[in-house]
Amino acid sequence: MELKRIDETTWEIPRDGAMRVPARIYASHKLLKSVQADQTLIQARNVACLPGIQRMSYVMPDAHQGYGFPIGGVAAFDPDEGIISPGGVGYDINCGVRLLRTDYAAEDVAGRSKELLAGIFNEVPAGVGKSGVTKLSPGVLREILVKGAEWAVENGYGTAEDLRMTEEQGRMREAEAAGVSARALERGLPQIGTLGSGNHFLEIQKVDRILDPAAAKTFGLAAEGQVLVMIHCGSRGLGHQVASDYIQAMEDVFGVEGLPDRELIHAPFRSPLGQSYYRAMCAAVNYAFANRQMIAHRVRGVFEKVLGSAAGMRQIYDVCHNVAKLENHIVDGREKSLCVHRKGATRSFGPGRREVPEAYRAVGQPVIIPGSMGTASYLLVGTPEAEALSFGSTAHGAGRVMSRHEALRRFRGERIREELAGRGIELKATSWKGVAEEAAEAYKDVDEVVRVSQAAGLGRIVARVVPIGVMKG
Amino acid sequence: MEKYRILPHTADGKFRAFGATLEEAFAHAALALASLMWDWSKVEPAMSLEVEVRGRDREQLLYKFLEEIIVAFETRRFLLGSVEDLTIGEEAGAFRLRAVFRGGELRPDTELLGGVKAVTYHEMKIEEDGCGWTVQAVVDM
Repeated sequence: MELKRIDETTWEIPRDGAMRVPARIYASHKLLKSVQADQTLIQARNVACLPGIQRMSYVMPDAHQGYGFPIGGVAAFDPDEGIISPGGVGYDINCGVRLLRTDYAAEDVAGRSKELLAGIFNEVPAGVGKSGVTKLSPGVLREILVKGAEWAVENGYGTAEDLRMTEEQGRMREAEAAGVSARALERGLPQIGTLGSGNHFLEIQKVDRILDPAAAKTFGLAAEGQVLVMIHCGSRGLGHQVASDYIQAMEDVFGVEGLPDRELIHAPFRSPLGQSYYRAMCAAVNYAFANRQMIAHRVRGVFEKVLGSAAGMRQIYDVCHNVAKLENHIVDGREKSLCVHRKGATRSFGPGRREVPEAYRAVGQPVIIPGSMGTASYLLVGTPEAEALSFGSTAHGAGRVMSRHEALRRFRGERIREELAGRGIELKATSWKGVAEEAAEAYKDVDEVVRVSQAAGLGRIVARVVPIGVMKG
Repeated sequence: MEKYRILPHTADGKFRAFGATLEEAFAHAALALASLMWDWSKVEPAMSLEVEVRGRDREQLLYKFLEEIIVAFETRRFLLGSVEDLTIGEEAGAFRLRAVFRGGELRPDTELLGGVKAVTYHEMKIEEDGCGWTVQAVVDM
């Protein structure tokens, strides 16, 4: 497979054979090595063969191989001639990140992180097999699937401003509960309000460095040392089941012959099954938004209890990493509505777009990129150039480079906890094994991923933030 | 014959299961998946669950079969300990699998080793050779 260097941070697989469009990879020479080490490029190439794909099959700087589509992949399709694919969204529908600001400085919280984490741990169940503290009826769950974070606010979790500061205002309007199976509902019911496990986490952070003071101020960052809270989780078992159900349904209707990879199964966007999946996906998106809304509310409650006040704990933004949505983009000089799939990628819109909250519209959309455990995370702002470069998308975090198996061999959870404590970072986890698997060394270098995102024009760095306390499921 | 082998994989769980028959390989694949979450050999078989799935081909059958373990865990707090009476038949152009899961209930002191969230078709293989059947699957964790 030919790989052409376009510039320092851009590579291309030219159109060839069954490819309908080229594939474009945003990576440094250094990051490209890990992209080439697994099936990412083959997957990007396979995506480029799908019907109705527009412009290019894009690969973000933190990409690594996924199921069918690469993680860190962006692909947009014409809604009339193109397809929708569960593999292009991911199993963990609306895995995403929420960032809250506070009025606290690191000194105010010093010595209290253990207490804060213990409080949050009590209110926000985390880890494998943990059920939520909220008991819901199936009827209410269906309401949540339709209304998303709006339901949560209506029921006392947070404020209307939180909704304004959430992608899609916390609710995808095309959601329908009817297409979400009983099995998916059964999985989702006990898990509402929980963090999950694996790479999901909650961090109390402090601003390490502000690189764009004007954007930082607009987003609510006051100064270095300011305390923030970051919440990273998705749609739990419900989303995974929706993905699985529709992969099976699409197989049954369309068959798998001719697919280079079964996880590339898709349906025409306008077909009954394509629409059914889209609406069920929206429902799962809403579940995840409601979940993050509930968790954020509980975190505010804990801050108030432990520190005396949650004043100033406003939401900066909440972004999706795994989603498909209809967006207007320019293709061949004309504005078109496209079904944009982002799997392990973040929307990164610049100033002026109506999807960006009014309060931020002059500056652009906040882009939250979490680092791996104990390393830095970043707040970026979307750019106007990103639309032409990647349908307004950028990286979502630092992809894994080491298997869980290998990480378990090399790292001990307790040692990681000591090492973090040595750096002043408190860690609360349900499983030492889970901690070892999530060792920072198992991931790509987030500083490099973000540097390249900026160099490629996909986003502009606003601030670098570092953890003070980490809670892992 | 070893029942299964856990393989390295960057992001998730990967295993290969073996059996003299297709049914045996499927049963061992179930144990392999369970082993990523708990020690199935320590589970007291207090409960039984009847499982029946249909698939258009063997791969879909395996996918749906293994998914039953995840669903039983998440919705009934069921921990698989052993798989019994597993049969695979062909019916009206499709495959049908029946089995009995024996196991126990998740307790507060149960040690959980990881969370399997979904089965995938990624690198899935179901192959027969001279020695028997090998089943390979990658699961999302």
